Amino acid sequence: MPTQDMLGREVHVDDEGFLTEYDEWDEKLGAELAKNIGVAMTDEHWKVITFLRTDYKSQGTTATTRRVDAVGGFPVKLQFQLFPAKPAKKMAYIAGLPKPAGCV
Amino acid sequence: MRRLLVIGAGTAGVITVNKLRKKLPRSEWEITVVDPADTHDYQPGYLFLAVGMYTPKKVGRPLAKLIPRGVNLVKAAVQDVKPAENVVVLTDGTVLAYDYLVIATGTTPRPDQTPGMDGKLWHDSVHSFYTYADALALRDKLEKFEGGKVVVHVTEMPIKCPVAPLEIAFLAEAYFTKRGIRDKVQMTYVTPLPGAFTKPVAAAALGDMLGKRRITVEPDYIIERVDEDAKAIFSYDEREIPFDLLVTIPLNMGADFIGRSGLGDELNFVSVNKETLQSTKFANVFAVGDATNAPTSKAGAVAHYELDLFPKNFLQLIAGKEMTHKFDGHATCFVESGHGKGLLIDFSYDVEPLPGSFPIPVLGPMRLLKETRLNHLGKLAFRFVYWWLLLPGRYIPISPYMSMRGKRRPAGN
Ligand SMILES: Cc1cc2nc3c(=O)[nH]c(=O)nc-3n(C[C@H](O)[C@H](O)[C@H](O)COP(=O)(O)OP(=O)(O)OC[C@H]3O[C@@H](n4cnc5c(N)ncnc54)[C@H](O)[C@@H]3O)c2cc1C
Repeated sequence: MPTQDMLGREVHVDDEGFLTEYDEWDEKLGAELAKNIGVAMTDEHWKVITFLRTDYKSQGTTATTRRVDAVGGFPVKLQFQLFPAKPAKKMAYIAGLPKPAGCV
Repeated sequence: MRRLLVIGAGTAGVITVNKLRKKLPRSEWEITVVDPADTHDYQPGYLFLAVGMYTPKKVGRPLAKLIPRGVNLVKAAVQDVKPAENVVVLTDGTVLAYDYLVIATGTTPRPDQTPGMDGKLWHDSVHSFYTYADALALRDKLEKFEGGKVVVHVTEMPIKCPVAPLEIAFLAEAYFTKRGIRDKVQMTYVTPLPGAFTKPVAAAALGDMLGKRRITVEPDYIIERVDEDAKAIFSYDEREIPFDLLVTIPLNMGADFIGRSGLGDELNFVSVNKETLQSTKFANVFAVGDATNAPTSKAGAVAHYELDLFPKNFLQLIAGKEMTHKFDGHATCFVESGHGKGLLIDFSYDVEPLPGSFPIPVLGPMRLLKETRLNHLGKLAFRFVYWWLLLPGRYIPISPYMSMRGKRRPAGN
């Protein structure tokens, strides 16, 4: 796995820059990741990211947009407003989680 | 007597009872399968039915004929499963108790889950081909179609047979060409995926095939609604795509009782251990075929591979041993590409579809990820394999485990 230097620490990432180690993430890093893809974080954004982090811990997979809506209570429409164009991918990136499995 | 109860007599349910009846002594095990259907359909046939390549007769057979002697077939639908009490409740209130439960209820297309989809345009200018009735309605529509905007659309992943929407696009294109109206038809392929398919190597190959056929791809498209008056679909990010004919794959969901039972995820697919297919919540509950949340294709071939392994695991489990036959997510799919040709793809949880060759006894090595006439013949032959070898659970000399033999990884991937 490649590593990348962020905020002066070394973190493990995949070839698209998604963090691969759950525990290497913290909010400061999340904010930095958000900046990388041009998302300005608000309280609403953080609520979604917190849900994704908690859900991953219990499920072992990154929540889909459907799950973020159905279980997290954040409507898909809102997800598109907060993380335009590719919400599933952007949410996972900022939350330091694996890219949601492209279902086969 | 110990009781094994199977819910659903589709591809996976029928193979399960055929295989396990041979392995479990009748003096010790009672096997029951519950399904409301009269007919068991060969679902890949829906595709050919829609474009007039198959007659309805080729698609279905009476279900009762597929169930072996010594298995009780209960013609009913399940209303609820109560896994903590080891019982199943039918819609008429009958209660069936079990020692072991296998859920094989597949997935159902749910046009009711997208606003405007199953309204006044349904079977008029909004069509599908994922049920027998849908395929027939699309066939009638295509026969009369004289040109305009055709949109082939996937609502959300996962869907069963994830290559089927590509196949209908290819076959419809060939069909319009044959009828001499191809120039009057604009075709668009709309998908929630970032490209034509999920995995990079196959996505590139299949994307090229769409391009060559002048079918435009609209990726990353998450539908919000069908606008019945505008005759257009709208995505959450406000992309409007007008249509004269929409061929959609509606949201695919597992049975509602799975949601109510607490065994499922938000799409009502049973949460299972992806290697053993055992429920993550109850050790005496399994799911096979499309009904599971295992991260592989929902396909008949996958059900077949799973059921090369599950019966062996089941025998180990009831003997108090560890289950050692671990499923690797192996999937093999023929992709019909029109004009008498087809493609073959083969992959697993860990290995994406790659080019190369795939050994198939008798028919010979098939080319992977490449359009050939032989692959098309393979797809047609699969119907016979399905009825006479696959469903009865006879031996098919293809390993349930994915093999790298014959496969090549293109440079840079
Ligand atoms: C158009 C199309 C093309 C396809 N092409 C291919 C292909 O080329 N290759 C391939 O491998 N696969 C293909 N498939 C997929 C394949 O048909 C399915 O993956 C396979 O049938 C799955 O088997 P299953 O037993 O899990 O589900 P199914 O075969 O769908 O069976 C589910 C059964 O459960 C029953 N059931 C549902 N709810 C209840 C309930 N509440 N109580 C009792 N019973 C219930 C249903 O009546 C049904 O009989 C295709 C599918 C479609 C729609």
